[in-house]
Amino acid sequence: MIRSLPNQPAYIAGYRLYIGLYFAFLFAPLLVTCVLAFNDSQFPALPWKGFTLEWFTGALPHRMGIFHDRVNLDSIWASVQVAFWVTLLSTAVGVCAAFLFEQEHFPLKGLLYFLMLAPLVIPGVILGISILLFANSLGLFVENRWGIDVGLLRPGFWLVVLGQFSFIATLVTLIVSARLRKFDRTLEEAAMNLGAGRLAAIWFITLRFLRPAIVGAAAVAFLMSFENFNTTLFLVGSETTLPINLYLQVRDGSTPVINAISFLLIVGTSTAAVANLYFSRRQV
Amino acid sequence: MNGRIRLNWGFLFFFLPVALWLLLLIVLPHAELLRLSFTSSRPGGFTLQNYMAFFSEPIYWLTFVRTAFYSVIVTFLVMVIALPVAFYITKVARVRAGGFLMVLILVPFWVSELIRVYGWIILLRESGVINRLFTSIGLFSRPIEMLYNDVTMIMGLVYTSMLFMVVPIVGVMDALDDSLIEAAYDLGASKTAIWRTIIIPHCMPGMVSGGIIVFMLVLGSYLTPNLMGGKNSLWFTEQIYNQIILYFNWNQGAAFGFLLLILSSLVIWAGLRVTGQKLSRVVQ
Amino acid sequence: MPFALSVHGLTKKFGNFTAVENISFDVEDGKFFSILGPSGCGKTTLLRMIAGFYRQDGGTILFNGEDMSSVPPNRRPVNLVFQNLALFPMMNVFENVAFGLRRRGEKGSGVARKVNDMLERVGLPDSGEKQISQLSGGQKQRIAIARCLVLDPAVLLLDEPLGALDAKLREHMKVELKTLQANVGTTFVYITHDQSEAMVMSDTVAVMNKGTFEQTGSPQELYHRPRSSFVAQFVGNNNRFLIVPSRDDGGAPAGLYAGRFSFILDDACRSLQDGIPCEMFVRPEAMVIEPGSDTPGFNRMPVQVRAVLFDGGNSRLLVIPEGTEDEIVVMLPQTGLYDHIRAGDRIMVGWDPGISLCFAGNGGKPYDER
Repeated sequence: MIRSLPNQPAYIAGYRLYIGLYFAFLFAPLLVTCVLAFNDSQFPALPWKGFTLEWFTGALPHRMGIFHDRVNLDSIWASVQVAFWVTLLSTAVGVCAAFLFEQEHFPLKGLLYFLMLAPLVIPGVILGISILLFANSLGLFVENRWGIDVGLLRPGFWLVVLGQFSFIATLVTLIVSARLRKFDRTLEEAAMNLGAGRLAAIWFITLRFLRPAIVGAAAVAFLMSFENFNTTLFLVGSETTLPINLYLQVRDGSTPVINAISFLLIVGTSTAAVANLYFSRRQV
Repeated sequence: MNGRIRLNWGFLFFFLPVALWLLLLIVLPHAELLRLSFTSSRPGGFTLQNYMAFFSEPIYWLTFVRTAFYSVIVTFLVMVIALPVAFYITKVARVRAGGFLMVLILVPFWVSELIRVYGWIILLRESGVINRLFTSIGLFSRPIEMLYNDVTMIMGLVYTSMLFMVVPIVGVMDALDDSLIEAAYDLGASKTAIWRTIIIPHCMPGMVSGGIIVFMLVLGSYLTPNLMGGKNSLWFTEQIYNQIILYFNWNQGAAFGFLLLILSSLVIWAGLRVTGQKLSRVVQ
Repeated sequence: MPFALSVHGLTKKFGNFTAVENISFDVEDGKFFSILGPSGCGKTTLLRMIAGFYRQDGGTILFNGEDMSSVPPNRRPVNLVFQNLALFPMMNVFENVAFGLRRRGEKGSGVARKVNDMLERVGLPDSGEKQISQLSGGQKQRIAIARCLVLDPAVLLLDEPLGALDAKLREHMKVELKTLQANVGTTFVYITHDQSEAMVMSDTVAVMNKGTFEQTGSPQELYHRPRSSFVAQFVGNNNRFLIVPSRDDGGAPAGLYAGRFSFILDDACRSLQDGIPCEMFVRPEAMVIEPGSDTPGFNRMPVQVRAVLFDGGNSRLLVIPEGTEDEIVVMLPQTGLYDHIRAGDRIMVGWDPGISLCFAGNGGKPYDER
């Protein structure tokens, strides 16, 4: 049954087979994608025609490697910029929200808390369209009223940032709140007793205590933003982010360049994820 | 601790950004979504037209029902697959191996949904890796198109949402004291009895939160049905996309969006109601 | 010279509940002052008001003669050793001790010198680089005190800092704290519910109950001359008899216990009103086993031994006065004289009336330790 109880060999063997199949299921698509990034073929498919790095470094017209592919590089850069701003905004607001919900008492707190959780259960697509429609209506209103055309309210970079921020801030809030809940308020009192003002106490004690959670939450925010598709789909302008750009390419046919990008992303994100896990475990 | 010593600017500093975020990006956009869904596209007056269209066109409501039905199936499948995996990781595998498997499970979670779907496409399509392998060893006489049908789409949805079930279940199962299982075993309970009376009831909170997240994600997913589903397996989010982006009929799209929002809220509410849990507990 | 700490008429209410009611006391500079009381008596509230975390509803708090009633906690010349110590886990020992100095704007080698001096004084030199989690319970204690003392406060408040330690270490730390206080000469105000801690360490102890001070005095005074039934029961162990005062044939005060024993009362009990039930206390060590029948003016009472509680030098007999249900504790000297006593035996116990104490009324309710 469990490791401390006697188990029949058949039970253990059967269980191991199941887990093996599960992990094969989990990793097969990722492995295949990565391996085919190095296949010397025009298509991301078998047969294996030999190892090549051309899908990374190639500069020929029919074999444009990712490092020379302007369109994809631009979309990666756009995604990085979006993710940067989303991380900055959602971390700042998420930390404020964690303090607000964990340490302050005010009327209608329950309602506000419910609203804060709402983005978790609103499908990303809905978040995207409602922000799109609202921004559009607001833009029309401002234009009719004052004759000002607010570019911010049209689909584009900042609307994508706001749309992703609207639900990623909730994730940050939850991660930081979980740590703040473990914080012993007497530490803040001790700091004040030793001569620190309230701000100094928060700065030197509380925020320092929260630092691992804040760093972790920021990493999560960056990754979530970098690969967001559903919300972004409706808010994106002419400057496409990487997931949107990849989607358009996958929909219209595929080349091993996509595998090359995927390989870089898989390696990059899993390294970041493992590092994040490692550091967050060590800091408990 | 006592509010009297705390100054009010501290509260405002935390409160304002949070209030702005929730008001401008959550409350107002959804209010606008609701308003637009009751507004006629041309003259701009109040109308039920958008909702009438939904009920009078079978293609709309059939898609809606299909989406809801498949989402329930996927949620159920994910739960059935995830329970033994979580049990193996927390209770059967050696402690260190369990930690390692957990990291392994988390890694694909960080990789963009798009890349995971892309991996399946190059595995399963007619010229894909599996067809090539199976025809070369003689298992298939000729390549079979395995993409673009409902079964594959469901498998894809199971795959992309799997991790959101495993993580919360591992969380609650980890907290289940081994000695409870040992005691039940010692008192003569069979494996099924242990699962039914000890493990499942204990894991209920994790299963409910996992179920809610998976259901919400599947219901609102766009990429997987779009790229893996066939021409006949339209997903409701695709209807929304079509209305808003292709036909530019925002009022109709708003009504669809609102219907989807109501469905997901209803199911989540029912799930919480049946198991007697609170949203704030489930999301943590 | 003004008192290090002067409190006048301090009151704190939470809603309808008065946690601290009109408390006044003075602490001389350099003294060890303890506030002893059961949990829930308001001692922590009192302490938090002195530290500045609670605003009082009435009264004043003076440090070295200066009124600081409305000064925020970070500007009071008082530091607090928290119940859970509240050492900053994200900083090492040195940073913890230096925290307050740096908040004052002190920088550089001055800070390092002061911190290292202080670490040496609390007997932990060279531990500056250690993490808090690497310290033992007793070491954490000393760092928490060092962190406060380095700021040279007018008063150091300690909120049951020994509570988390195991019994053996607690005994050791009592002595150590006392010595430390004597060495540094800082005024200590120590809060505890453990009467032994308060007795061993303090120059003066205030016994607190239900938001007020019942009695303030030296440990000896509290032990030998408690002024209320509560103090008599809370400080040290005591046997309590419910008696009804009357006069004996000669007109001297006497007490009827359990309707069958008549005790001679001390002269101090003269003021009791005849016929109104009151409490009489006799300490276990004042009880004599098998008193010689020739001693005149001695109280005697036949009892049945319920249990022999052997605990080395602290061994006791648990006895039941015949015809009652009450349990009485009698000290059992380990002289070999009483080794023959077994549970179930019938023996005589007795005491000198001069050391018994009487208190009128209290509704006859004993103080419940829990």
